Amino acid sequence: MSDTFILNGKETPYTPGQMILEAAKVGGIEIPTLCYLKGSTPTGACRICLVEVKGARSLMAACSTPVTPGMEVFTETALVHQARKLNVELLLSSGTHNCLTCEANGNCRLQDLAYFYKITDLRFEEKAASDIYPKEDRNPLIVRDFSRCILCGRCVQACNEVMVNRAISQGYRGKESKIVTGGDLPYHESECVFCGQCVEVCPVGALTEKKAKGLGRPWEIKKIRTTCPYCGVGCQQWLHVKDGKIVKVTAVEDAQPNMGRLCVKGRFAYDFIYSEERLKTPLIREANGEFREASWDEALDLVAEKFKEIIKKDGPDAIAGVSCARSINEDSYQMQKFFRAVIGTNNIDHCART
Amino acid sequence: MIILVGTNITEAHPVASTFVKDAVLAGAKLIVIDPRRTDMVDFAEMHVPLKVGSDVALINGVMNVLIEENLYDKKYVDSCTEGFEELKKKVMEYPPERAAEISGIPADTIRELARKMASVKPAMLMYTLGITEHICGVNNVMSCANLQMLLGNVGVECGGVNPQRGQNNVQGACDMGALPNVFPGYQQVANADARAKFAKAWNVKSLPDKPGMMMPTMMKNLTTGKVKAFYVFGENLANTEPDIHHVERELQSAEFLVCQDIFPTETTRFAHVILPAAAWSENDGTFASSERRVNRVRAASVPPGDARPNWWIFKELAKRFGHEWQSSSAQEIWDNEISVLAPSMAGIKYARLENDGLQWPCPTEDHPGTPTLHKGGKFTRGLGMLKAIDYIPPAEVPDQEYPFVLSTGRRLYHYHTRTQTGRSAGINDLLGEETADISTADAEAKGISDGEKISVKSRRGEVVVKARVTKEVPPGLVWMAFHFREACANWLTNPVYDPVTQTAEYKACAVRIDKLR
Repeated sequence: MSDTFILNGKETPYTPGQMILEAAKVGGIEIPTLCYLKGSTPTGACRICLVEVKGARSLMAACSTPVTPGMEVFTETALVHQARKLNVELLLSSGTHNCLTCEANGNCRLQDLAYFYKITDLRFEEKAASDIYPKEDRNPLIVRDFSRCILCGRCVQACNEVMVNRAISQGYRGKESKIVTGGDLPYHESECVFCGQCVEVCPVGALTEKKAKGLGRPWEIKKIRTTCPYCGVGCQQWLHVKDGKIVKVTAVEDAQPNMGRLCVKGRFAYDFIYSEERLKTPLIREANGEFREASWDEALDLVAEKFKEIIKKDGPDAIAGVSCARSINEDSYQMQKFFRAVIGTNNIDHCART
Repeated sequence: MIILVGTNITEAHPVASTFVKDAVLAGAKLIVIDPRRTDMVDFAEMHVPLKVGSDVALINGVMNVLIEENLYDKKYVDSCTEGFEELKKKVMEYPPERAAEISGIPADTIRELARKMASVKPAMLMYTLGITEHICGVNNVMSCANLQMLLGNVGVECGGVNPQRGQNNVQGACDMGALPNVFPGYQQVANADARAKFAKAWNVKSLPDKPGMMMPTMMKNLTTGKVKAFYVFGENLANTEPDIHHVERELQSAEFLVCQDIFPTETTRFAHVILPAAAWSENDGTFASSERRVNRVRAASVPPGDARPNWWIFKELAKRFGHEWQSSSAQEIWDNEISVLAPSMAGIKYARLENDGLQWPCPTEDHPGTPTLHKGGKFTRGLGMLKAIDYIPPAEVPDQEYPFVLSTGRRLYHYHTRTQTGRSAGINDLLGEETADISTADAEAKGISDGEKISVKSRRGEVVVKARVTKEVPPGLVWMAFHFREACANWLTNPVYDPVTQTAEYKACAVRIDKLR
């Protein structure tokens, strides 16, 4: 029997050890948050998930307050909303949150909250540009725009607790605070291995994919789920496609086997498909050794004719083939079927053994 | 507990490594058995830096202790396995002192390792090519299986022998029967019933009954003239196979070479016909992952120019021989042919693959798939087979002329011969050239500084490459990858093979390193 607590007046079950935010979610109440990262130690950094708890002296952070039996929690009171709004206003003044020029426009949790709380004017003075750390985009893949960073620490949690690459941490103190690598070096000179999980979890536009810059807004993008073309783990990816072109790759959250994670190749090595060097037409070698372009009919006729000639002269076992461990199952099936049923040989293999 | 043997998981399977690291943070114990001090050693309770190629001796030594000290799972061994007495007799020939001599791991450390392994249940053993890419690769794999069965760790969740597969669909290519001895679903070509079934399905009178050649034999036979035509689909053999000079002579010898690929490669230079194929995101289809999970691949972009799906190319070729194949999409090929013909995949249909895919065996359409094999110690073959195995050294060991061991593998930022990663913006900036990784001690002894270009030479070739002086590598070892053409490790590697699988010994050959004059 699980215990219960009172959520907005309704008796709600929870599992011991569960935080208010998680228990409320199971109970159907979504408490907004900027810093909560599922599966990581809660940091309570953003103060957006504040709720009223009966008997508590102040508002409590739902992400880091464990539910206790019979606890009475209120998530929608005037006091709660007033505090959340104030915290959003403070965050808006913490840097330059100009959505017009932000890559995350339309995919930003801070923007969502500002909109929800109908914030139209900045109540507090924005941090001076001279007080903001300069952008780090010297590394080839990730733009780190500190003017948009709200220090929620999700990137730090993802790096240390999810991927366990231990490349970044909270650095400096007070208004000097900054998410830093060891020695505060640019990513490419640090321990960073460019898995990009920090980008994946950034709720605002502080961490973005350099290659995706300017290629499509979230509302213009169609997301297509697929499987990574690199190692054998089989990570599930979202291909972000605009006008038939992949502009970005992210991980499918809660999907087997990768549970929202990707590595540097899965996340960033997708654009080879657009290389100008792609083979675009069949090629036939001429007597002089040079290749010339050919039609499919000509090339396939030549292959078939040559194979028939060899089968006739030397038998089907004089033909051998290797399939591709990178291509889809159906391609390997077709190739072995072609070798066995059409040519008449079992000389079909692939690189599994080498 | 997790035991990593011969797997540099953070670089070769980075996402899988994050789950291992998470497990360690949550309290799991980790043992790393690897000649190199890989990144996972930071998380390990024990690092066992055995000599390259000494796995069988080390594992026999560990099993010797498990049996001598009565630490093995007697109940499991008695009820779930066979061959224990033979195994016992063999491993008794490997007391820790002898295993220590061969592996370079002190006898007491081997005892400690065995006791540690026996102390936690279940334990998962994960391996990759550090185990298989040896002339004794099959023996190495069977030793891993012996160890796990002796510990009673096979057939349980979070246990087992768990090889991580190197390519996105190398599991699938095997499952599909792109192997010389089996049809899709591992049905033997030598089996008359299987042949009859496939002949009927494929509308042919008969199918060849003799297993075909494995890839290294095919290539060797290009020079003997036994193989006249060679069809290479999506492989860059001129860079990936051991001893490039030799491989190129073989490719050159082909009377007729067809290459089907997405890029011109070092291999397509030898082709007579090159067929342009659709790539990863230009196809609908399926991949099968390391965990036998069949996942969907979906088309998101169109192939360039006249490039076509590979399945279409084979279908069109078949047509020119008078074979009219019915299926005309990947889904039709899977739903109407593969899952109908392969009983272990009979329950897998595209309609069931929308989300997280399915792990075979999945025999019926209401079967949930099989995440763990040999559940409850009930092995596919009945009883788990314990095998007595002897240590054999690598085919080429260091000598005066070539005093170093070269071992090879992959690095994080690139994939194989860089046909894809080398053409993805930003990746070359993270790793732009090959290095020869050598130990600080060897660098000092040779007067080589980090980043200095040196010569690495084997009996087969020589490369000039930057030295990377690192603590990852023990003295006496040189470590290189095969991502870059010019300093590709395969100019040096030894084309000798496991007699059963014909897997090449990429992990061990003898080289010398010299400062450039």
